[in-house]
Amino acid sequence: MRISLDHLCKSFDGVEVLRDITFNEEVSALAIIGPSGGGKSTLLHIIGGLETPTSGTMAVDGQPIDFDEASLRAYRTTLGFVFQDSGLFHHMSALENVALPLHVVHGVGAPEADDRARELLARLGLKDALAKRPAQLSGGQKQRVAIARALAARPRLLLLDEPTSALDPEFTTEVLDVVRDLAEEGTRFIIVTHEMGFARHACDHVAFLYGGRLLEYGPSERIFAHPETPELSRFLSRLLEWSM
Amino acid sequence: MNRTPAIIRPFTARAGAPVRPAKAALNYLAVCVAVIAVVWASLAAAGISLNFDFVAQYRVRLWDGFCMTVGISAASLVISLALGVLVAAGQGARLLPLRYLCDLYVKIIRGTPLIVQVYFFYYIIGTAWGIDNRVLAGIVILSLFSGAYIAEIVRGSLLSIDAGQLEAARAVGFTRAQTLRYVVAPQLVARTLPALTGQVASIIKDSSLLSVIAVIELTQTIREITATNYNFFGGFLLLGALYLVLTLPIMAISRHFEKRLDYAH
Ligand SMILES: Nc1ncnc2c1ncn2[C@@H]1O[C@H](COP(=O)(O)OP(=O)(O)O)[C@@H](O)[C@H]1O
Ligand SMILES: [Mg+2]
Repeated sequence: MRISLDHLCKSFDGVEVLRDITFNEEVSALAIIGPSGGGKSTLLHIIGGLETPTSGTMAVDGQPIDFDEASLRAYRTTLGFVFQDSGLFHHMSALENVALPLHVVHGVGAPEADDRARELLARLGLKDALAKRPAQLSGGQKQRVAIARALAARPRLLLLDEPTSALDPEFTTEVLDVVRDLAEEGTRFIIVTHEMGFARHACDHVAFLYGGRLLEYGPSERIFAHPETPELSRFLSRLLEWSM
Repeated sequence: MNRTPAIIRPFTARAGAPVRPAKAALNYLAVCVAVIAVVWASLAAAGISLNFDFVAQYRVRLWDGFCMTVGISAASLVISLALGVLVAAGQGARLLPLRYLCDLYVKIIRGTPLIVQVYFFYYIIGTAWGIDNRVLAGIVILSLFSGAYIAEIVRGSLLSIDAGQLEAARAVGFTRAQTLRYVVAPQLVARTLPALTGQVASIIKDSSLLSVIAVIELTQTIREITATNYNFFGGFLLLGALYLVLTLPIMAISRHFEKRLDYAH
């Protein structure tokens, strides 16, 4: 799907967080990388209709997005979100977390929503965790439930904001495997991540955000093999410093 | 290794470990017997003999007073619950005068003794606004008092619902009303229930202060009876017991909710 951002800017209390982002590309598996505080989450929130830009415009598949709350809500229902801390509803079981939004927001009948939730959770390896509440799940399981919830209404785009940053390494792999499998089945996604191996091998394109600017964008192989800006070179060599 | 001597083992339990019901009952009974014995011995030493003969004589008035206490408390509970939820919401309002008004209300009520509020509201506001029905005034005063505490309970629970869940609610496409209904309200109820039941016990006890404006509730009834028969010890001991009849079961319910909440998280 085509995402078009035109001179997009965002300030919080007068502090500019995104500066003049212009982007017009087909998105199927995009990684957003860059140092902390660079504006990655803010950009993902704007693309996802959770935050409004201070100035600039956005269009998805040629459709301009209106930034009033009612339009944004309708727009959000066509997307799926996964956050760093999962954002699961504490008082609901895994099954309810997935089925309830489907029922309430998308008007799917309760039994059908239940079936769909069961099927998705089973596919993500959570057959035994249906009745458990978030507090009874491991970090990796919670993120997989969150992914199931995001996928439930068959979104046209999945947005993941550092879905593995709060996880132990073994859970990180488990969650990234799920995202890769989904991508191979044709789910389009944008992921903010610090897992460079995943960005390089599971994503076809990478955007490098630095100090609120989109400094580089390109096919992932090119980005990692031939960084064009000194900022990206430095960022990548820092990350590689302690890798094997 | 178990170094607890066998003789005292029926009377001990590790902190945090569950206690078998039979063992709990035995120990509770022992404590009650000991407390009663101490009270009895003290009364005897002070040369006081307890006499509850007046109960039969005044049973109608006692029953009326008891009912009045229950009624005032129940009405105040309902009103203060509504007030507390509104004020807690108001403390997060976008309109600053409203936010600060709610804040000021909570601070003033929580920062002053109930007896000051009783006199102030009854004599000053009651006279100025023409509320001369004592029972009605009593209910209003108690509701205003308890509402501030309930607002604090609700506000605390509201704050404990993390931003992540609210953001997720927006992300899945819930409207504000749906977020309130499916995400906020259920967690708010579960989290506030133990403290709210505790507040019910407080309301019942605090209603006794309405006796200073001569609302004929339980405490005032006993005050009037003891003013004629001079049986202060019997009267006030009975009074304490009657409040316990109401508050002990409520405290048990509060504990039950607390435990259930533990399991839920
Ligand atoms: N809601 C907000 N209010 C104020 N400042 C914010 C808010 N969200 C983000 N920021 C600021 O914007 C900058 C970029 O943040 P973010 O988009 O989270 O970066 P990243 O995800 O790349 O770490 C940071 O300096 C952060 O402090
Ligand atoms: Mg971030």
